[in-house]
Order: sequence, then structure tokens, then C-alpha cells
Amino acid sequence: MTITVRQAGIQTTVQDLGRPGWQHVGVPVGGAMDQVAHRIANLLVGNPDDAAGLECTLGGVALQFMAPALVAFAGRDVTASLDGVAIPAWQPFRVEGGALLVVHTGCRTCIAIAGGIDVPTVLDARGTSLRAGFGGFHGRALRRDDILPLGAPSSLGKRMFSRLVAQGRMIADWGAGPGLRPSYAMCPTVRIIEGPALRGLTDASRERVLHGSFRIAPESDRMGFRLQGHTLELTAPLEMLSAGVTIGTIQLPPGGTPIVLMADRQTTGGYPRLGEVIAYDLPLLAQLRPGDEVRFELVALDVAHTLYRQREHDIARARHAVQLRCAATDRDAR
Amino acid sequence: MLPHTVIPLGDRALTIDFPELDGRAPRDVIRSLDARLLASAHPAITGRVPGIGTLTLHYEPLLTSYEALVRFIHGTLASLVVTPAAATDPVRIPVCYGGECGPDLDEVAAAHRITAADVIAMHAAGIYTVAMIGFLPGFPYLEGLDAALHTPRRASPRTAVPAGSVGIGGGSTGIYPCTSPGGWHLIGRTPRALFAPTRQQPALLQPGDRVQFVPITPEQLRQQMEPQ
Repeated sequence: MTITVRQAGIQTTVQDLGRPGWQHVGVPVGGAMDQVAHRIANLLVGNPDDAAGLECTLGGVALQFMAPALVAFAGRDVTASLDGVAIPAWQPFRVEGGALLVVHTGCRTCIAIAGGIDVPTVLDARGTSLRAGFGGFHGRALRRDDILPLGAPSSLGKRMFSRLVAQGRMIADWGAGPGLRPSYAMCPTVRIIEGPALRGLTDASRERVLHGSFRIAPESDRMGFRLQGHTLELTAPLEMLSAGVTIGTIQLPPGGTPIVLMADRQTTGGYPRLGEVIAYDLPLLAQLRPGDEVRFELVALDVAHTLYRQREHDIARARHAVQLRCAATDRDAR
Repeated sequence: MLPHTVIPLGDRALTIDFPELDGRAPRDVIRSLDARLLASAHPAITGRVPGIGTLTLHYEPLLTSYEALVRFIHGTLASLVVTPAAATDPVRIPVCYGGECGPDLDEVAAAHRITAADVIAMHAAGIYTVAMIGFLPGFPYLEGLDAALHTPRRASPRTAVPAGSVGIGGGSTGIYPCTSPGGWHLIGRTPRALFAPTRQQPALLQPGDRVQFVPITPEQLRQQMEPQ
């Protein structure tokens, strides 16, 4: 079972949930920028959370399926068609052998296929590490005519596919509801945990971080987003030794233009840290395009953890609901 | 207990910060603690990043609260036996200095009013210690560069530094494991693969390892080249 890439788009890579366990030797975590979209797309096709899928960045991607498959995609402002018929996001659908799926990505779309993209596991994960050139599909972004191998669907994925066939449907009559999806926006407010350099800012600069808006600069990528709009100043230079950083870390390089570190960030950084975007709000940030704006708001660590656990609970419940739905179908069929 | 502070790094990581001891980064403390935490196999700890003076831990909030993890770290530190790094021989890294392999060698020499041969002799005479791994997979920040070779970074970074390049950046020397942008002065190239993801030990060097550079010819560089 394979997929052929007919149009690769601006940057399409094989991604999963990354490789956090190799940071001690400098390996970037990587993985899907919007991990909630990635996980939900996977659960809609019966895959485990960490199955490898595709992350498409801006523009159009065309994939030809060489055999029937169960597919779902998720993200912000995404539209798609299957052999010319419009297909909604956040719902599973089946494709016939030979069918052409065309996806127009607003920002970053996660495409999951039952069975996952079957590329080799490198350092415990299948995601592409673009800078180091390993993982994913030969360590690089996809190109036209690449042929991607697919894994075997789970038994749940197979049941979901058979159910669609039995119902005579192409598209499932269910999906991930708005309550489960991140509340994407063009100018979201994302919450941050305070970092040590926030207090080192001048009053005016601190005010801008907490009450101003920043624009995503064109030179933003999977490693980090540059934030335009305000040049920030410290009251005194901060001496920093290189230390661990994380996804969502807002760094302040000497020029005064902050950078938010994203999925392909380095493991360490030597610039002052203003704070970190909380995990719950990272999908909102990950789905911003150059020119979109973002605002920041301080939040307490315990609030961030409550939100985190709430979302994990919601995703676990959704996964359970998918399993129940298919179990019920099996009973009906007997 | 060893003096330290713990601060959150967002909602899924924290940094343990150790003050300098007698003016030196507490490298042995960090390495010993990192080894103990690794051996503890704490289920919530998902990643570890030893830095210079810090140890960063990434964690899964479903499996621990911040407070419980900090208590666990305190408990580990309270009973920590700090051991010096094992006294092993330095890892010998062959380097082809100058020419195409080290395009900035003459510039570094000129900056210090010495000859290129002096730079090579001084760089290869040192015994270095891996202070930390970061920036790129397997990139070692090496301490111990002769003060006479300290050179500020290039005014404009290169967009593509070839894999294996040996550079000087400020008071550090290091080796680029893969092709990448970089602002250090390049003085040579090694045929050794600093990082190979499919190797049993992907990174050639670990924090605390000692390193020595051995000059080789361009011909030896070609012969000894390792696959990445």
C-alpha cells in the first residue's frame, strides 16, 4: 500500500510526536507543530497518537492513493477535495484506489492515514529532522513523485473502513466536534508561564509583552517564529550560559526582536528567556501564518496544568467514544 | 544539600540551576545528578538536557505534579554522591587543518599575529573537556581553548558550514556534526562522524569527555572519512 505525491506543496514532511528522549545529545524534539490536530486526525482513523502522518505547510498538496484507505485531516482553514468532491476536515473518509486527494492548507494541516506512514523508526520516532537530515522520508521534505509506504491499519481502523463501506458512505457522519478542536484565531491570546528575563525588561517593554500584539515575521519556520512590532529592551544586559529550552520558549536575542521557539528548536539556547507558551495554547500559535498577530497573557503553572489535564481527558474520552461507536456497529452487524 | 534553585521552564519542563563552586561550573554535580535521574527511570521524566551550570528536565504533567517532581529532585540531591568523571584517555579527533577544510585558519592566525602553523600547534596541543552538547545533534562545546586563540565569532555567519568542520567561537572550540549555518571561524575538518543516528551510541562525545585533536593530511582525511 502506497501513496504517490503528485504535488508536494511548500513544505510537506512526515511527522509524529517527536523524539523528546534524545535531547541530552542535542537532538531536536521535532514532531508535528500542532500536536492536537495530529493526534485527533490519528484517532479519527483508528491510529495510535504517535502514528506518522503528513504535515503540510501553506498551499496545495496532491496525493494519489494506490489502494483504498481511511483518511482524516485536521488544521486551521483547510479545504480539500477527493476527485473533485469537497471533503470536510475533522471527519474520517475513505478513498478508493487511484483516487486523488487535493488539500489546500491555510497554515499547517495534519493528514492521517489508517496504518500511518511506514517509514523507518530512527531514534525512537518516525518524524523528519530537517536540519540534521534524518527520520521521516529520507530525512527531507517531500517532493513530487515520492512514493510513501503505508502501514497496516489497526483492527479499529479496519472496522471503521468496513462500516463506511456497509453504510455506502464516503464520508463518516461523525467527527471531532468543535469542543475538541483548538479554538484557532488570526490574533489569538496565548498564555505564558513567566520566565526569568520578563522582570529584567524595562517597564515599557514589559507592558508591550503583556498588553501589546506581535506580528509573525515572514522569516518564521518550524524552528521558531520571529515576532515583529515591538523592539524590547532589558534594563541591564543579562549574562546567560547556554541552557535547556523548550517548545514555546520566548527568547530575546540582542537585537530586541523576540523569537518563540517551535517544534524543530535547538535543545539549548543562550538568550534571555521571557517565558514559555503553555502546552494548551501551542496549537493556536503553531497555526499562525506570517502576518498574523499574537498576544500574550501570564498564567499560573497550576492553571496551565489543569488545562493540560482537561485536554488529555477530553482526547482520551473521544478515543473511547470512537471505540464504543465501532463496537456498537459490530454488535449491530451480528 | 548542594545549593541549587529550581524554576519552571513552561508547564512541561524545569531547570535546576547550580551556582558556581569556587568560580567553576559544577560540572561533576550536574553529571552525577543526571546519571542518578537516568538510573531512577522516573516515569514522568521524558527528556534531560545537561547545560553549563544547569540541568533541564522535561516531564509529563499527567504523571507528576511540579511540586512532586521538585520534591523528588530534592530527595535525589540530598543523597547524591558526586563523583569526578572517570579518568579515561582523551578521545582523539583527527583534523585536517587549513586549506579548503579550514578556510578561516589564516584569518585566525592574522588576528593573533601568529602563523597558521602556530594556530595548528596550539589547537592540537590542548586537552579539551566537553562542557555540554547542544545547538545541533552531537555538537560538543569544548572548554580548554588556549586563551591566545580566543576569537570573536564571524561578523556574518555562513549559511552552510560543512559537516565535520572544526571551529573557534569566542573562548570555545567545537565541531559541526552536520551541515548547518554557523558563525564560528573554521580552522579544519575531521573525518569522524560526530553524530550518526543509526549508530548504537549516536553521539561520539558525552558531557565530561576529554578530547584531543590530532593533525592529519588531506589524503588521510579522504581515507578516514566516516559515513554520517
